[in-house]
Amino acid sequence: MTRKPELKDLAFVLVLPDHGRMRITESSWPARVKGIHAGMLLADAKVIVPDIKVIDDTPELTAKLLTRICTWCIRYTPVAAMDLPGGVILDVSGCAHLWGGEEAYLKDIVYKLKGLGYHIRVAMADTIGAAWAVCRYGKIKAIIPVDGQKEAVLDLPPAALRLEAGTVERLHKLALYPIGRFIHMQRSVLRRRFGKELLLRIDQALGVEEELIEPVIPPSPYCERLPCLEPIVTKVGIEIALEKLLETICARLQKEGKGLRDAVFTGFRVDNQKVHISLQTNYPSGNVKHLFKLFEVKIGTMEPASGIELFMLEATKIEAVSPVQETFWTGNGNLQSRELTELLDSLQNKYGNDIVHRYLPDEHYLPERSIKPSGSLKEKPAVAWRTDKPRPILLLKEPQPVEVTAPIPDYPPINFRYKGKLHIIKKADACERIEPEWWLDGGLHRDYYIVEDEAGKRYWLFRAGHYHETNKPAWYLHGFFA
Amino acid sequence: MLKYLAVTLLSNLVLNSARNDIIAQLQKQLLPLGGFKTLRTDNPVSIGLPAIEQSFPNAAFPIGCVHEFICPAAEEISAAHGFIAGLASRFLQLGAVCLWISHNRQLFPAALKLFNINPEQVLFIDLKRERDILYVVEDALKCNKLCIVIGELQQISFKESRRFQLAAEQSRVTCFLLRNQPRITNTITAVSRWQVRSLPSELQDGLPGVGFPRWEVELVRVRNGVPGKWTIEWKVDAFVEVPEVVTEQEYTHIRKVG
Repeated sequence: MTRKPELKDLAFVLVLPDHGRMRITESSWPARVKGIHAGMLLADAKVIVPDIKVIDDTPELTAKLLTRICTWCIRYTPVAAMDLPGGVILDVSGCAHLWGGEEAYLKDIVYKLKGLGYHIRVAMADTIGAAWAVCRYGKIKAIIPVDGQKEAVLDLPPAALRLEAGTVERLHKLALYPIGRFIHMQRSVLRRRFGKELLLRIDQALGVEEELIEPVIPPSPYCERLPCLEPIVTKVGIEIALEKLLETICARLQKEGKGLRDAVFTGFRVDNQKVHISLQTNYPSGNVKHLFKLFEVKIGTMEPASGIELFMLEATKIEAVSPVQETFWTGNGNLQSRELTELLDSLQNKYGNDIVHRYLPDEHYLPERSIKPSGSLKEKPAVAWRTDKPRPILLLKEPQPVEVTAPIPDYPPINFRYKGKLHIIKKADACERIEPEWWLDGGLHRDYYIVEDEAGKRYWLFRAGHYHETNKPAWYLHGFFA
Repeated sequence: MLKYLAVTLLSNLVLNSARNDIIAQLQKQLLPLGGFKTLRTDNPVSIGLPAIEQSFPNAAFPIGCVHEFICPAAEEISAAHGFIAGLASRFLQLGAVCLWISHNRQLFPAALKLFNINPEQVLFIDLKRERDILYVVEDALKCNKLCIVIGELQQISFKESRRFQLAAEQSRVTCFLLRNQPRITNTITAVSRWQVRSLPSELQDGLPGVGFPRWEVELVRVRNGVPGKWTIEWKVDAFVEVPEVVTEQEYTHIRKVG
C-alpha cells in the first residue's frame, strides 16, 4: 500500500487460480464494503463491481508481509508472532504502561498502522484465544477486562473459537450459536460430539489451557552448545570445548557491544549428571583469553566420570560495554583499566569474591561507620572524605579494654596498661566526643583522646560514658596513630 | 702477566679526574643490573625529601623495584604504615591505583586521606591465608596499570623476592613490602631496606598536646647508595625533614653488613 498509494481508495482483489477458476484470496476494504469477500469467484465479483482491479496473488506474499509487520511491531513489544491468515499476535505483558495505559497503547498501534494504510481490528485480552475471537468477530478496538474472557466470547459465533470448518458447520446445524449456547455444556458431551479440539479451544480462550506463540524474532539467550561425537574425559578435551564456546559467544557479544559479567559452563555427562563451573567478572568482558584463564583454574573441579557428551556455555548476566578509550602510552592506569579488572577477576576467581575491598566515605561520626564498602569500581564518593579530625592509621576491629589511671572528670589518662604493658602518657590532646547515633543504636558516648607515651607511640583511647559515683567508666584502646 | 702490568701502569698515568669519570661510567652501567633501571617512559617521582633521595643512586627515589620495610616490633607497625602511606601518596596522583595486599588488615582507610591519598583509589585485597599474599603480590606486580603494590607479609625467601623484583622491573610498578616482625631478617632482592620508629612529637614553642607524627626513618640498606638515618615529620600533606645531627659513628654501629 505504501508502495502503490493509488490503490488506497480502489476496490481491488487478489486472485489465485483454483480448479481452473480464479478465486479471490483477499479483497481490499472498498471492495469488501461492496460485498466482495475472500473465497468468492472472480467472475461473481465482476458482476458486483465490473471495473474491479485484479492483481495476481503471490502465495508467500502474505507471510512475508506479516513477518515485516511483526518485526515492525517489536517497537511495541519484544514478543510479536505471526498469526496466519492476516493476523499478528503481540504479547504485551508489561508493555502498555510505557505508552501510558492500555487505551493509549492500542490507540497508538491503530493510529500508526492506519497511517501505513492498513485496515485493522484490534483486541486485547488475557488470553490469545479471547483476543483472537473479539478481534475478528467482536467489537472494534476492544479491551477485555481481567478475567472477562468468558463474557466477551459468549455472544460470538463458534468460528471465533478458531475451530475447523466442519466443526463450525456442525455447531450451526445444531443451532449451537453463539458460543454462549454450548460453553456451559458438560465437557464429556462436547468431547463426544465435537472432539477434543473444541474443548481445547474453549480452554485456550478462557485461559485454562496455556497457549504459546512463536515470536517472529525468537529471544535468543546468550547460550552456546557443543555436542561431542564421543564422550570427553580428558582435561585437554574440556579446554578445547570451552575455548570454542567462548570464541563463539564472545564474537557475538563483541558484535552487539556487550560483555558478560556472569557465565556458567556446564557439561552434560553420559550418566545424566551435570557438572558445571561458573565465573563472575568485575567489568563486562568479551575477552576470550581472559575468560578462558578464569575458567581454566576451575576445570579441575569438573569431574568427567565416564565422559561428557554435551557442553553448554551460558552467559547469565550481560552488560553493555562502555567503549574504553585506548591510551597509546602505558601511563598510570585507573580503576577502569581493563588489565586491572582482569587482574581482580582472576584473584577473586582464585580466592573468593570477598577478598577485594574498596571503601567510600559514609556520613557517620563513629569511626567504624564512617566508611562503607563499595561494591563497584565505578562508584564515586557521594560525600567528601573528612579531614578535619585526626583518625588513626590503624583501627582495631573491636576496641580493646585497657586499664587506665586518669584524673577526673575530663582529663586524659596519666597511664594505661595494654596487653600487660604499662604506657606512661607524656602528651595528650583534648578529647573529641562522639555520640552514638540514637536512631541506629543506643550506647554510651565516647570521649576520644589522642595520647603519646614516653616512647613516642601514639594511641587513640576512649572512655565510654560519664564518670559516675558508683560505677567507673570503661576505657578502651581503639587505634594507633602513625 | 706482563700485559696486565702494562695496563695498570698506564692507568696510573691517567689523570685522577679521568679515572673517576671512567669509574662513574662503569658504575652507571652496573646500576640497571642492580635493579635501578630507569626508562624514558618512567615518570620520576619525588618523595619530597631531598636528603633521602640523595642516598639513592642518581639521586632519585627508585621506581619499578621492591622496597622493604622491616618492623621488628609490633608497636612500630603504625609508624611504618604512616611512612608508607606518605610515600605512596607521592605516587598516587591523577587517579592511579594502589593495591594493598594483606592478611588481618588493621589499616583504617579513612585515615589515608590524612596522608594525602584518596582512599577510593586504594583497593584492599584481604586474604584469608598469609601464604597467598606472595602469589597475589607477584600477580599484581605484573599488571602495569597499577602504580603501587603494598604487601604486608612476615616471611619471604630470597627466591620469592627475586620473582617480585623481576616482575616489578618489567611492569615498572613499585612494590613496598612491609615485613611485620619477621622471624629472620634475611636478605632479599629489595633495592632498599627501611626501618621506621616512632619518635615523640613536638609542637612549636613547647606547646602541650600531640604534634605531627614524627618518625626516625632509617635507610638500613640501599644498593649502590648511602645508608642513613633521618628524623621525618608528616606535616599536613607532605614530609618534612626535622634537622638533626647524625654522627657518623651512630649509624655505622647499627648498620648491618651484608
